[in-house]
Amino acid sequence: MGTFSDMAILVIIAAVKIALVLLILLTGIAYATWLERKVVAHMQARWGPYLVGPHGLLQPVADGIKFILKEDIMPLEADKIIYWLAPFLGFVLAFLSIAVIPFGGSFTLYGHSIQFQITDLNVGLLFVFAVTSLGVYSIALAGWSSNSKYPLFGGLRSSAQMISYELSLGLAVIGTLMMAGTLSLRGIVDAQSHTWYIHGINTWVPHWYIFAQPIGFFVYFTSAIAETNRIPFDLPEGETELVGGFHTEYSSMKFAMFFMSEYANMITVSCLATILFFGGWHGPEFGPMIVRILLPLFWFSLKVFGFMFFYIWMRGTLPRFRYDQLMSLGWKFLLPVALLNILVTGFLIVWHG
Amino acid sequence: MTILFYIFAAVTVLAALNMVLQRTPVYSALSLIVVLCSLAGVYLLLGAEFMAVIQVIVYAGAIMVLFVFVIMLLNAGHEAPSHRSSIAKWLGAPLIGAFLGVMLMVIWDQFPPTSATPPAHIDGGPAAIGHLLFSNYVLPFEVTSILILVAVLGAVVLAKKEF
Repeated sequence: MGTFSDMAILVIIAAVKIALVLLILLTGIAYATWLERKVVAHMQARWGPYLVGPHGLLQPVADGIKFILKEDIMPLEADKIIYWLAPFLGFVLAFLSIAVIPFGGSFTLYGHSIQFQITDLNVGLLFVFAVTSLGVYSIALAGWSSNSKYPLFGGLRSSAQMISYELSLGLAVIGTLMMAGTLSLRGIVDAQSHTWYIHGINTWVPHWYIFAQPIGFFVYFTSAIAETNRIPFDLPEGETELVGGFHTEYSSMKFAMFFMSEYANMITVSCLATILFFGGWHGPEFGPMIVRILLPLFWFSLKVFGFMFFYIWMRGTLPRFRYDQLMSLGWKFLLPVALLNILVTGFLIVWHG
Repeated sequence: MTILFYIFAAVTVLAALNMVLQRTPVYSALSLIVVLCSLAGVYLLLGAEFMAVIQVIVYAGAIMVLFVFVIMLLNAGHEAPSHRSSIAKWLGAPLIGAFLGVMLMVIWDQFPPTSATPPAHIDGGPAAIGHLLFSNYVLPFEVTSILILVAVLGAVVLAKKEF
């Protein structure tokens, strides 16, 4: 294979990685919807989807076919360009942030070191925040361009909510960043690879930042649920008050795009929680070489699955917040707590050196 | 790399023109977002990745969301053309020409095409910028912080109607 230049090999590796990640992400989204319906059903003593395939496992495929075949309806008074643009924008942005998420360590194949990550930026975390902060336009513009009152309310609510919770989301992770000393997501995971030492004694507790930053994690995950517009903070689409919120007037594939970007955002947020607070892909490693390469991927997926399950659990448990409660929780509780957490973390880092 | 610069530059200029020429406020706001994002792309090409990402987070992701929010809240529709005053009509074009000329002269002075040497590699990472902000530029940094704090207090006072 000496005819290939190094550049061509790099491009091929990148293309294969992107294709694989997209494939896995899309499958993950499809089965996250299945998981959600199944888990919520069992929490409510129902069976959930059961007819299409064993235990309803082919339900996502049936849903996909249904979305594609349904008629695409556009309101007469809608702003055509923006109405079209909004779901695509949300979809692209939701998939863009997965590019910097590291899923595992690296391995060597025919002399090429391959990382389980599409690309490692030295501002990786900020990149994810930048992309998610643009995601609000998708929802706000969808609400505005439908030219209908309930979507407009949904869009207004979402832009106010996402701006408010973006602050506490960003501030919550600063404690972790101060301890790790880097913004690269791979660097943050690498900083959690060993175990905690107290006064030089090995405690055998993994060096995950959840043990040092429990408050940061609490603020992060609460804000993340609000950022992804999930129950109990799903006011932009609260169906009992706003019919369907910002996507009321959307049908067929365009509605499916909003649906898929919501689940993609949930997966991204869960990946970030795993990376920032739960040691990323680190876990017990044993066995032959091939198992050692694949085990980190398993640990990473298991942790992300745990967060996805928690999302669904919250949905099955909590009622929706009222709008003023949502705002005062964000501004009067989470934001001060996050700031205090930064202050205390800073003092402790200076104290212990 | 050069071709990428021309793409980003063209998108920036076209979106900026579109922002000025549009009559619907939402389209203007969206064009401004495109301008900010493609400027971030130019920063990225210069090796200033921290500046690029912060540009998107702060300007495109936060400030412009408020613009769009207000436009949606007021439901501002098609803007009617105003009757331009005759002073604007006669003085506007020459003033714009003069401004453009001065800007071009400054740029020409700074980067004459004969000695176009690319600047030495700059570390645009977060650590380098953090060091500079808290050593060489600590006074401007703190003064800006106080300015923003004053603005926040002013906004709160204005929003709270009864004193």
